[in-house]
Amino acid sequence: MKTKSYILILFLLMAGFVLASMYTPSESDYVSVPPSKKNSETPSDVAFHKMMDVLTHPRCVNCHPNDHVPKQGIEGDPHDFGMSRGENNLGFEATKCTTCHQTENNPYSGVPGAPHWSLAPHSMQWQGLDRFEIAASMMDTERNGGRTPEDILHHLTEDKLVLWAFHPGVDAKGEPREVPPVSKEDYIKAVEAWFENGHVIPSN
Amino acid sequence: MKISMQINGQSHVVELTDEYTPLLWVIRDMLGLKGTKFGCGKAACGACTLHVDGEAVRSCSYPVKFADGKEITTIEGLGDATNPHPVQQAWIEEIVPQCGYCQPGFMMATAALLDKIPNPTDEEIDDNIINVCRCGTYYRMRKAIHLAAEKQSALKTTNEPTNS
Ligand code: FES
Ligand code: FES
Repeated sequence: MKTKSYILILFLLMAGFVLASMYTPSESDYVSVPPSKKNSETPSDVAFHKMMDVLTHPRCVNCHPNDHVPKQGIEGDPHDFGMSRGENNLGFEATKCTTCHQTENNPYSGVPGAPHWSLAPHSMQWQGLDRFEIAASMMDTERNGGRTPEDILHHLTEDKLVLWAFHPGVDAKGEPREVPPVSKEDYIKAVEAWFENGHVIPSN
Repeated sequence: MKISMQINGQSHVVELTDEYTPLLWVIRDMLGLKGTKFGCGKAACGACTLHVDGEAVRSCSYPVKFADGKEITTIEGLGDATNPHPVQQAWIEEIVPQCGYCQPGFMMATAALLDKIPNPTDEEIDDNIINVCRCGTYYRMRKAIHLAAEKQSALKTTNEPTNS
């Protein structure tokens, strides 16, 4: 009886090995859980991640470079023509941002535009930071130009240059530019919710 | 819509249906001022540079609605054969142009630069004069920009009122 049991266990083990070796997992069998879907997250965390899905998009980061060169396009390429922030983040003395960029997108030339088209000051560099670091930088008065949380809330939800990200117009080929992965309305709701809940940056 | 502008010191009123019509089109095709050139139409080459309220602007990418009430200067208004602007005079003396097509844009960009920086360094020239010349006249242009700076400051010194 004992011997029979050993044989049965051995058989089952061998069958298990054979079946396991026949199965090759493919990448598509795994579902990565985005930060905003983690079970332990509070509503504030969910709002945070939705907001940061937008703020980490090139439409936002391109104007917060970690050097003095504006970036452009989804790849964040250096701005054409050697343009740089200049003394006051508005370009050079005679060739400024406004030499080419006006207060609206240009539907014919594909040159983007919005009110006060300019780079964020150098202290507000986001390029190369992760979402937690960007949020920390954004709320740090040493780096955010002394802005209060109310100022930041206003900048994120009402500044026409920031909201341009959702209406970026067409490029030089007439193709629509990519917009951030969250709608403007959902983004604004998320930002407001995050600030209402005390603008807590979740732990990484 | 109606757009009123001062162009080279003269009042002009134009009527258009499309407010996004580039200022360049109005200047060249409606008003016949052909000195300002069309190169790329994408604000990339600078051939269409003119001044709007004293600032260099790429007019191919400047909707005419923004020009309403503004003062525009084109290459024709910078100076003429009998009374050239120091930039134009320097361009003549250094024999800068080859085909010439890009040159009005470069001269307008240079005039705007000298208004901001009367005696620009090479680095300031590199930063600010970023137009494109297919004939590669950059070397002569740089010499002409420095010469124009000299001429303009000499002119200013001559014209300055004395206290005596
Ligand atoms: S034609 Fe305007 S910049 Fe090229
Ligand atoms: S002189 Fe020919 S393009 Fe400049």
